[in-house]
Amino acid sequence: MKRVIITVVGKDTVGIIARVCTYLASKNINILEISQTIVQGYFNMMMIVDTAASSRHFADMAGDLEALGEEIGVIIHCQKEEIFDKMHRI
Amino acid sequence: MINFLEVSETNEMIEKEHLDVRTITLGISLLDCIDSDLETLKGKIYAKIYEAAKDLVSTGEKIAHEYGIPIINKRISVTPMALVGGAACRTEEDFASLAETLDKVAEEVGVNFIGGYSALVSKGMTPAEELLIRSIPLALSRTERVCSSVNVGSTRTGINMDAVKLLGEVVKETAECTRERDSLGCAKLVVFCNAPDDNPFMAGAFHGVTESDKVINVGVSGPGVVKTALEKVRGENFEVLCETIKRTAFKVTRVGQLVAQEASKLLNVPFGIVDLSLAPTPAIGDSVADILCEMGLEYAGAPGTTAALAVLNDQVKKGGVMASSFVGGLSGAFIPVSEDQGMIDAVAAGALTLEKLEAMTCVCSVGLDMIAIPGDTKATTISGILADEMAIGMVNQKTTAVRVIPVIGKGVGDTVEFGGLLGHAPIMPVNPFSCDAFINRGGRIPAPIHSFKN
Repeated sequence: MKRVIITVVGKDTVGIIARVCTYLASKNINILEISQTIVQGYFNMMMIVDTAASSRHFADMAGDLEALGEEIGVIIHCQKEEIFDKMHRI
Repeated sequence: MINFLEVSETNEMIEKEHLDVRTITLGISLLDCIDSDLETLKGKIYAKIYEAAKDLVSTGEKIAHEYGIPIINKRISVTPMALVGGAACRTEEDFASLAETLDKVAEEVGVNFIGGYSALVSKGMTPAEELLIRSIPLALSRTERVCSSVNVGSTRTGINMDAVKLLGEVVKETAECTRERDSLGCAKLVVFCNAPDDNPFMAGAFHGVTESDKVINVGVSGPGVVKTALEKVRGENFEVLCETIKRTAFKVTRVGQLVAQEASKLLNVPFGIVDLSLAPTPAIGDSVADILCEMGLEYAGAPGTTAALAVLNDQVKKGGVMASSFVGGLSGAFIPVSEDQGMIDAVAAGALTLEKLEAMTCVCSVGLDMIAIPGDTKATTISGILADEMAIGMVNQKTTAVRVIPVIGKGVGDTVEFGGLLGHAPIMPVNPFSCDAFINRGGRIPAPIHSFKN
């Protein structure tokens, strides 16, 4: 399993989750968990995904999602899970 | 599994509080390049460094991208050049030409600094070491990326006062040689006592002779993260204060450990150490002085500053040690002046003097760092400042260092702009009384009584 954390932040609009999920499905990336909130009109989402079965390399996927974010008007970041694991788990 | 709050906390540290990995430094031994022919030596040095470091910058960028953590600098440290060049160099010019080779290969592989134009002379100087030290002004005025350091004392050996005297003159001469750039050469020259072999931070990095052929050392940073954490415990007692610093240092260091392991794996170079330092930059919110203020001081330099810094330095180490399998280098809080906006403000307000900075160096990780002094300061006075700082290191069994910049043509009341990470600084007054007769004695100061531990 290769876990990646995807964070999406920006002004709320219709279809953000749909478009991100459509992209992930098309690249065979499995979503393990989603949490999402709206604070003062700002959309805030975190996804944990498994990229093990995806043919896309990390850098390409991160680039695709960044471009998709620009299209929707939100900021999308991809980070490997280890940075959070290392920092918050002993 | 990782939750939303943890992800937000990490990313806020990175985006709002300047959490970053300050440097990945690749240490390279040049001992196997030694040759008595200067041109052959240069060729071997160039080839070895190029081969070892050609992927360093791209690897650093790849790691930064994958984990979303900025890695600010990628750097190289090499074996002290006095040892490498001793057999081939007959003149100062010869040594300076080796510095030019280092500069060229550093530019070629894309690193911003290469450290190791160094000599280790804590007890005595060989002719080659003395020649290298005398060539420093020439080398630093002809190169962009080369950093120089000289270790002139240790707890085990005492202080080499001949080297201290010589380096007072060398600092002054380096300032003269780079006067058209506000004596910038001196920002790349550090004088040490108890210099560590594995320090990843410039200008004092070199690859010690106790190290393996190649090694990856990583320096973390994050003064802004500590400051923000302390904002949440205002008014609480020292137990809470210390616990907060420790927890934060732990988290920051874990990121350094991760990056070090990844870099080691990708470059196929053994992992050396993580240096757990709080290294400030001139950016707002990236200041060690601001942490001291958050702890309850009006300005860095106010009474209580030394105690506050002692607490900070100790807790950073306690938190960081558990987060990494190997720690080393300088590890602690850096207190440079020009590279820390809070320090600059404190000097401008009259709260922070050279003498108070000296007291602070007894409890911080290094020493008098990036301090601009009047250009007409005498060489013997600079030697006196060096000797004081070396004595603190020798007696307290800690690393101390001096990086002062006598800015030629400027005096107290002026400011100097170094640019970039080196920042800007007001010129600080220096005690005007003479120490000529003390410095001119020559010889060495014996090791202190507590060095005899066998």
